[in-house]
Amino acid sequence: MTHAKGNREDDSRWATIGGRRLPGLACVTFLSLAVWCLPAVADPDPPPLVVGAKNFTEGTVLAELMAQLLETHAGARIERRFNLAGTQVAFDALRTGSIDVYAEYTGTGLRDVLADATPVHSAAEAFARVSDTFAQRYDLVWLAPFGFNNTYVLMMRRVQAAQLQVSTISELARQSLRYGMSHEFLERKDGMDALRRAYGLQVASLVGMEHDLAYRALAEGAIDVSDGYSTDAKIVTQDLVVLRDDKHFFPPYEGAPLVRRALLARLPTALDALGLLAGRIDDETMRRLNHQVEGEGRSPAEVASSFLNELGLTHQRIDVAVRERSLLGTLWQRRAITAALTGWHLVLTGSAEVLACLVAIPLGIAASRRPRLATTALGIAGVLQTVPSIALLAFMLPLFGIGAKTAIAALFLYGLLPILRNTVTGIRGIDQRITEVGRGLGMTAGQLLMEVELPLAAPVILAGVRTSTVINIGTATLAAFIGAGGLGDPIVTGLTVTDVNLILSGALPAALLAILVDGLLAGVERLATPRGLRLPREVTE
Amino acid sequence: MIELREIHKVYPDGHVALRGVSLTVPAATTMALLGPSGCGKTTTLKAINRLVVPTAGTVLVDGRDVAAVDAIALRRGIGYVVQEAGLFPHLTAVENVGVVPRLLGWPPLRRRQRADELFALVGLDFATYAARYPAELSGGQRQRVGLARALAADPPIILMDEPFGALDPLTRRRLQREFLALERRLRKTVVLVTHDVEEAFLLADRVAVLAEGRIVQVGSPAEIRAAPASDFVTSFLGMDR
Repeated sequence: MTHAKGNREDDSRWATIGGRRLPGLACVTFLSLAVWCLPAVADPDPPPLVVGAKNFTEGTVLAELMAQLLETHAGARIERRFNLAGTQVAFDALRTGSIDVYAEYTGTGLRDVLADATPVHSAAEAFARVSDTFAQRYDLVWLAPFGFNNTYVLMMRRVQAAQLQVSTISELARQSLRYGMSHEFLERKDGMDALRRAYGLQVASLVGMEHDLAYRALAEGAIDVSDGYSTDAKIVTQDLVVLRDDKHFFPPYEGAPLVRRALLARLPTALDALGLLAGRIDDETMRRLNHQVEGEGRSPAEVASSFLNELGLTHQRIDVAVRERSLLGTLWQRRAITAALTGWHLVLTGSAEVLACLVAIPLGIAASRRPRLATTALGIAGVLQTVPSIALLAFMLPLFGIGAKTAIAALFLYGLLPILRNTVTGIRGIDQRITEVGRGLGMTAGQLLMEVELPLAAPVILAGVRTSTVINIGTATLAAFIGAGGLGDPIVTGLTVTDVNLILSGALPAALLAILVDGLLAGVERLATPRGLRLPREVTE
Repeated sequence: MIELREIHKVYPDGHVALRGVSLTVPAATTMALLGPSGCGKTTTLKAINRLVVPTAGTVLVDGRDVAAVDAIALRRGIGYVVQEAGLFPHLTAVENVGVVPRLLGWPPLRRRQRADELFALVGLDFATYAARYPAELSGGQRQRVGLARALAADPPIILMDEPFGALDPLTRRRLQREFLALERRLRKTVVLVTHDVEEAFLLADRVAVLAEGRIVQVGSPAEIRAAPASDFVTSFLGMDR
């Protein structure tokens, strides 16, 4: 009887500890746990078809075209994972099943993925080689190419080419002209040096410059020849001509859908849907579509839908929303998207922070009692902190694939150090006499921790959580590079299409979010500071 | 009754704190451990409630070897007061006083009644001071709360480590006298650590003078005053005057 009473009393005491002594920690933990559960319950079955895209205009337009065709003709529910950071990320995502399809180039597949440097004589040969090897090695299928060849080209001002009567690279070789080439082209093994040898180019002068700058230099007459990609929109807008590669120096870079074989088995209609675009987009058309996005400021989704209508492939109409030119207009137009992205951004950061707290706080408590463990743990967390964010994301990719899991894992690792350090500092900073009195009065190690050490260290620990969270809200914008979404999405898209307003529509909310969360957590920190510690010291008798 | 038999203490860093301390504190008496800083008096005190584990020797409390009993249960039966009271800064005065009863699982009503009694016992107005945090109390008030906390579960033994050390002389004298009156009523077994000769002679039935980890003399204040056992005792008593 007395025993039962004792127990009930014990329970009510724990409730007071939760509710009153440690309100901050308890609230943060609970809220974050709730947030962590959100994505898990979001959607049940069936799995959506995931369309990926590398982070540049053409990749995104092609992905939109494929996505919309799959929606209308294969009846698939589509998830878009655009802005993937380059060939390696997109290819790995496809191989591991994080995405089902994206647009790739035969030359890239050959040279970059397969590292096959042997000469290629025709587009058909290139396609045959990648399609055979990819099927065997990766179980990936190259579908029929879209019809354009986005290869390296040499280009000149139309007027000058006409004057000099140059239309092929062989004809160019006889002229002594000024070359301004992209850094990448100068450094590639199969780049400028090889090209010079193959054609015996007469070069009056040669400078390396950024790709976009080279177009301006050409237009202003500062250089005569530059390298580019055959579907660059600027070839049209700046009245340039592309010189014919009459010796077939450059391998073909035909764009084509690259698909997992598993998808074709799961959704056979996808093959027909994607086949509708085969041979329908020539160089000229691709250039026009790129220009509609970059030059006219239309969205890739809308450009894709109007093109499909033009081909008579859909009746779907995406409203022609001319891109807002003012910053405020852009922000207002995107308010609903921004709200959704902000929510997701919070889920990513919140989940990572909960996990970081669950690991770093207990670890910090243990480390505060063992100096050697503290040195080791802080050392490891410190090293993790110095790994560049993009590199950390890249390391995580093979483990978790593209998407939220990788982002959360990387943010979790980044979040550890401030929390760990502050937990150790907070507990070690408690007056030794206070903890000794606790033990002297008969507290167990657990009671001492819960009733004395944690309440007294709570403000310091929460300050660590706050630092960690604010840093991670910023870092989480990089998650867009690995298809995890969040407020980084408009930033990355804005970077690829050079739209400052779009960049700001992601960057401003992210900054604002960091400030708000910082303020909110500062409030939590104040609430968690025991009232007895907030009072001014010393009263005289 | 507390009995220490040949207690030695060597810290891991090699520092020798106690070199064979033997001492008996009869029940319901006050024993002062008197000596200069570093003489081992606090280490001796902490050996009683096992905050310090002796390297050699035995501590008996009411005839039982403290090394053989549960440390938590042992400590809950012994009151503990330290310099500046050692109050938990995040708890109010009444919460500090209620710590041990709470650990012992007393129901709230009993805790509340006991707190009332204790505030009265140590001369603090409950209505005025119960809800105050340590930072809102004066040094003397904090010391009263610390004493109330040690007395809360009515333990037969109280250990006090320089309890009045941080107070101004006036407050110290007043609290010492009040404590003396209280002790005559409550009849606790008290071990008091102090470096203040007057305090030791005023409060204790018997005084143990320590130097360099050893007891150099034990006796009633009158005995020690009449016949100091060594030059050290003479000079220590004299030095302080």
